[in-house]
Amino acid sequence: MPDGAMPVLDVRGLKTVFRTRGGEVHAVNAVSFHLMPGELLGVVGESGSGKSVTMMSLIGLLPSPPADVREGQVLLGGVDILKVSPEELRRVRGARIGFVFQDPMTSLNPVFTVGNQIIEPLRAHMGLNKAQAEARAVELLELVGIPDARNRLRSYPHQFSGGMRQRVMIAIALACDPEVLIADEPTTALDVTIQAQIIELVKELRHKLGMAIVWITHDLGVIAGIADRVMVMYGGQVVEQAPVKDLFADPRHPYTRALLKTIPKVSGVREARLQVIDGQPPILAGAPTACPFRARCAHAFARCHAENPQRRAIGAGRVGYGHDVACHWDPEATDA
Amino acid sequence: MLDAGRRKLVEVRDLKMYFPIYSGLLRRHTGDVKAVDGVSFDIFEGETLGLVGESGCGKSTVGRALLRLYELTGGSVVIDGDDVAKLSPEALRQKRPTMQMVFQDPQASLNPRMTLAGIIGEPLDEHTSLTAPEKLARIYQLMDQVGLNRNFANRYPHEFSGGQRQRIGIARALALNPKFIVCDEPIAALDVSIQAQVVNLLEELQDRLGLTYLFISHDLSMVRHIADRVAVMYLGQIAELSPRDELYAQPLHPYAIALLSAVPEPDPSREGARQRIILQGDVPSPANPPKGCNFSTRCPQVQAICHRLQPDLIEVAPLRFVACHFVQPQQAQPAGSTGGTEATEPTQQGVNA
Ligand SMILES: Nc1ncnc2c1ncn2[C@@H]1O[C@H](COP(=O)(O)OP(=O)(O)OP(=O)(O)O)[C@@H](O)[C@H]1O
Ligand SMILES: Nc1ncnc2c1ncn2[C@@H]1O[C@H](COP(=O)(O)OP(=O)(O)OP(=O)(O)O)[C@@H](O)[C@H]1O
Ligand SMILES: [Mg+2]
Ligand SMILES: [Mg+2]
Repeated sequence: MPDGAMPVLDVRGLKTVFRTRGGEVHAVNAVSFHLMPGELLGVVGESGSGKSVTMMSLIGLLPSPPADVREGQVLLGGVDILKVSPEELRRVRGARIGFVFQDPMTSLNPVFTVGNQIIEPLRAHMGLNKAQAEARAVELLELVGIPDARNRLRSYPHQFSGGMRQRVMIAIALACDPEVLIADEPTTALDVTIQAQIIELVKELRHKLGMAIVWITHDLGVIAGIADRVMVMYGGQVVEQAPVKDLFADPRHPYTRALLKTIPKVSGVREARLQVIDGQPPILAGAPTACPFRARCAHAFARCHAENPQRRAIGAGRVGYGHDVACHWDPEATDA
Repeated sequence: MLDAGRRKLVEVRDLKMYFPIYSGLLRRHTGDVKAVDGVSFDIFEGETLGLVGESGCGKSTVGRALLRLYELTGGSVVIDGDDVAKLSPEALRQKRPTMQMVFQDPQASLNPRMTLAGIIGEPLDEHTSLTAPEKLARIYQLMDQVGLNRNFANRYPHEFSGGQRQRIGIARALALNPKFIVCDEPIAALDVSIQAQVVNLLEELQDRLGLTYLFISHDLSMVRHIADRVAVMYLGQIAELSPRDELYAQPLHPYAIALLSAVPEPDPSREGARQRIILQGDVPSPANPPKGCNFSTRCPQVQAICHRLQPDLIEVAPLRFVACHFVQPQQAQPAGSTGGTEATEPTQQGVNA
């Protein structure tokens, strides 16, 4: 990642709050990250930590109310897309940012055929005629490994398996050759062989088209294989960010460390019981005034209960560009 | 753990599930998607059978057919003595509490107009006569078990993250203390720590209550952790069914070999050096499966016979069942080694793994 180049996407201090009957939910708190052209940023973190809400916020896909994107900037090629008109934003979403949603069944429209849903954006954003769009749709479905693609264009989403629906979503997101692809758990419903195929495809697209990618996943094996950098989220915040090798070799945040210990293995000794992180995730009812991980952290001390830690750089480099962590505890200090 | 004396809780024989294809102006029946095409297996009481395989190979359809969420095209499914495929609607209703399912798509399976407490409490209303405070206590207990904060009881499904919704589905499946649970990708949407919590929970319940699971997943490391035996499916059929340790130490069917080689490892230094078998060739459609062996169009070891003859699922070593012309009972070598002609007599030799 050359420091001089300009990021395609630069998110600064994003803050999203839900107003519900039970009060506010501070789902995303001052999240910042950037993406260089052709770069793949892996995003991991606890369930409910704000990964999906962060990404939905930045492309304006959360219904408001209840969602309120309160603060922050989302610079796409230097322009803040939180400030553009709704029509402009729709164009950005269709053509410049591709999105694969976490829940493929609910994000595909059950009353339209699969073909229809791929062809429509191709016609709207790429100006293709019907025959061209159809040919491209078949090509896209073949690219993501759907057998018998031409005939399957006429199927409805419920006639596809979970993994096939997910692949349709990937095909739709890739349809217009976007500059940025945001993929929220794009391969969770896929078996490993198809997953490997999709990952190869994504690597190729990065090299050929310079597409920059945000890849949210729970699968640290996938992250290890494809990410350049990794961002770890907990309780609505970025708690650690690092190049992929550093994160696995030298995790700094106690949450990241615990996370890396919980994975079962395909080879070697089979563990009797899996490691878990004791305790419950935070409720997020207000803006954070203390470390969100404190109640579950083995290293927490007085300061952690009084002050929410800011991200600080480990070693050389600015926050966000090298390795950084939001934690008061210093594993190097002999006593803490 | 697989002594011959163990009771079979689930016996599936030649299960077939076809979905009709209608086409043309007159919507004529022109063919079938053979989602499941002749599958047989047993699940012992207290056992976890893992079911893995390519996306679209029919895993969810098997799971749903077992609980009679579909009317079967053919075959039988005996669960705890009853042929589920033949039960009357009332008998089926009475049997429902004992067999439950955790669905792959949590969003689609939760009623958006009900609160979390309502969703988890619904089966309790239908099948028990608990008082309101008893019911609430049970709901809280279930929420604790799956790691959902009690303060969330009055929230609606859309107010939860993907992983939280999956846990609601698990809590509901557990509500009536079932004997048999089909878990369809129960942990795919969860982060690894919650995955571990849920898997530990499923294992604890199994130890305590003797639950039996069909565990559908594409996460092969988790299947290795939780399953006693594993069935590998390909295009509507079982390619290999083996005890866990034997399968992971030495898969025998060429598809199982390719599948296991593709598992990513959480280690960036090793990921770069991995030797993956990337399968070549188009994935066939279940509406038009290839002649002969259904894996023949993509098998790295394919021979002429494979295009002509469909291999039977035979016991090639004790408790190891493989459907491949080139995995022979005599030596039980992985596919690719040359063997004699088709043999149907299982021998009692062990596998040298
Ligand atoms: N409409 C809503 N109303 C209230 N709270 C919400 C709403 N949508 C999401 N939340 C809350 O916001 C938080 C962040 O949710 P998000 O979906 O971003 O989590 P996630 O990190 O993507 O988790 P997962 O890994 O389970 O998908 C969660 O605590 C969730 O309960
Ligand atoms: N209602 C239906 N109508 C027509 N075809 C269907 C229907 N349900 C499933 N199929 C087809 O049956 C096949 C098997 O689907 P199934 O959902 O069982 O796959 P799966 O193994 O669970 O896949 P995944 O891992 O992607 O969830 C697929 O080809 C699918 O398109
Ligand atoms: Mg999410
Ligand atoms: Mg499925």
